[in-house]
Amino acid sequence: MTNGVIIQFNNVTKQYDNDPPVLKDVSFEIERGKFYTLLGPSGCGKTTILRLIAGFTEASEGEIFFNEKKINDIPANKRQVNTVFQDYALFPHLNVFENVAFGLRIKKLKNAEIEQKVREALSFVNLKGYETREIREMSGGQRQRVAIARAIVNEPEVILLDEPLSALDLKLRTEMQYELRELQRRLGITFIFVTHDQEEALAMSDEIFVIDKGKIQQSGTPTDIYDEPINRFVADFIGESNIVKGRMIADYRVEFVGKEFECVDQGLNENEPVEIVIRPEDMVITTLEHGKLQVRVDSQLFRGVHYEICCYDKDENEWLVHSTKKANVGDKIGLYFDAEAIHVMRHGETEEEFDRRLEAYTDVEPDGK
Amino acid sequence: MENKLSRNLYMVPYVLWIVLFVIAPIFLVVYYSFFDIEGNLSFINYQKFFTPVYLKMTFSSFWYAFLITAISLLIAYPTALLLTKTKHKQLWLLLIIVPSWINLLLKAYAFLGIFGTYGVTNSFLEVIGIGAQQILFTDFSFVFVSVYIFIPFMILPIFNSLNELNPTLLDAANDLGASKWITFRRVIFPLTMDGVKSGCQVVFIPALSLFMLTRLIAGNRVITLGTAIEQHFLVTRDWGMGSTIAVFLIISMFLIMIVTGTRKRGV
Ligand SMILES: Nc1ncnc2c1ncn2[C@@H]1O[C@H](COP(=O)(O)OP(=O)(O)O)[C@@H](O)[C@H]1O
Ligand SMILES: [Mg+2]
Repeated sequence: MTNGVIIQFNNVTKQYDNDPPVLKDVSFEIERGKFYTLLGPSGCGKTTILRLIAGFTEASEGEIFFNEKKINDIPANKRQVNTVFQDYALFPHLNVFENVAFGLRIKKLKNAEIEQKVREALSFVNLKGYETREIREMSGGQRQRVAIARAIVNEPEVILLDEPLSALDLKLRTEMQYELRELQRRLGITFIFVTHDQEEALAMSDEIFVIDKGKIQQSGTPTDIYDEPINRFVADFIGESNIVKGRMIADYRVEFVGKEFECVDQGLNENEPVEIVIRPEDMVITTLEHGKLQVRVDSQLFRGVHYEICCYDKDENEWLVHSTKKANVGDKIGLYFDAEAIHVMRHGETEEEFDRRLEAYTDVEPDGK
Repeated sequence: MENKLSRNLYMVPYVLWIVLFVIAPIFLVVYYSFFDIEGNLSFINYQKFFTPVYLKMTFSSFWYAFLITAISLLIAYPTALLLTKTKHKQLWLLLIIVPSWINLLLKAYAFLGIFGTYGVTNSFLEVIGIGAQQILFTDFSFVFVSVYIFIPFMILPIFNSLNELNPTLLDAANDLGASKWITFRRVIFPLTMDGVKSGCQVVFIPALSLFMLTRLIAGNRVITLGTAIEQHFLVTRDWGMGSTIAVFLIISMFLIMIVTGTRKRGV
């Protein structure tokens, strides 16, 4: 079990001076060879976590383990991780080759070996033939690749990437997402990738840590997090959601917007106040009488693959619907959704409690269905 | 058309300035250098310049200017580095810069008091039992005072280039396994080379033509080209020879500017 774990945070807190802590009691494990994403809004502490792993700052409290060894006091230059920085941090006085060779020269490898490794790393990131270019002659996307080559050439066990794609334009960004994912598979080393872009996180990761206000809100695979958000923040941050207040009536019965619905959640207290999440793509437009909800179409946007339709019910709750079919603004329509589409969130539930509850369903489900 | 005219009008003060205060003096200096002391046109001054007396003087000017620059750099670089790491760096920088606003002669006179036979330094040396020394009018005092005077001009450009250095680059070097010293050698120093060069420029060039200090502090024991020019113009009235030395001084200044010229580099 612990054999696969390469990095472990035990109750790590980080505080600058007398400011409120930037990270609060953070614990997690990173397994070898996977693609991890730290996802969260700007200022939530993502970079701080990377800096703690890389060794640029020290934890105020808590322990950090690397390969089962405590590394709190090991300086950055002795750690087997390499970083791809947000602004790339390439050395402007060195050309592409020397930038990539920087780490190898410090390790005092033989020239022939350096030459071979650098060329290999550059061809890995499709930059063959750019060896003698100056950094200022490279485009944003190329600099990014140099930064990646400079990290992988040292053959670290973990590569940390701090929003490496945020400075690129959309097309290049999508392209680099594929390339990075592919690169990680080929190298087989652990990637810890930071982004504030939820689509990027969902597309690339094996595991996502959703972070807010210095705390990990939820961790799991992209589908786990998308389908079963633990709280309002995660539901709102990952994808678009309809979130309303509700009340659990009994197992498999929930009430919201003044109506009672069938759901798949159980094991909650009777009459417990909850929050309900329904994803816009789980809503189907139908006639008024077939709909579980009756709403008025307020506005509509064409998003390429689907229409994003904004509706209001009689209590002025907003309902977002993604549909391939067009609706008419001002029409009254019905919205239909399955019992599985209703996702119930408890207030203040911790990740452990949440996981236990989910596991309970899977145990029941075979005979429940 | 009108645009061009108004642009030319704006150029007038600038061109006037350059002609009156840059080109004309240089032209005059070159012109005078071709006259001997009796006012006859000749190359005698240039022949004289290549005699051992003047060559030695040139050499010693360069040597002292080099010493002053090198020592200033050795002190200024670590100081600037420290300054960038302090909390109120702009305030500290200001404190270092302020003395440079005081007139050079005033500072020289202050040192006459400090280093003099009955000055503070000697009283101190007496107290600790070493006894009074001849400090004034030595090479040491000359270099010391010159370094003191020039150091702010060395610190400022180095401080600025250190301050502009992207701190993530240091993290990057550290991340790639570089110790503090290697980071300094391979990243910090090369990237602040521009600051070092302009610092050396603004110290070396004036140091080359120092003249008041040589008399006040070094008691004419150190004779530089600057002193020689002053003597020729004011004492021996040999304007031709003075101009010839000035011509060489101007040429060397241009050469130094070319050699240490800042080439903008980077992203
Ligand atoms: N050196 C520092 N001193 C004080 N506060 C800092 C420092 N570095 C980061 N912070 C604070 O820590 C918080 C988290 O920063 P960061 O980890 O960079 O966020 P993210 O990368 O998620 O945008 C921010 O509120 C930021 O202001
Ligand atoms: Mg960040």
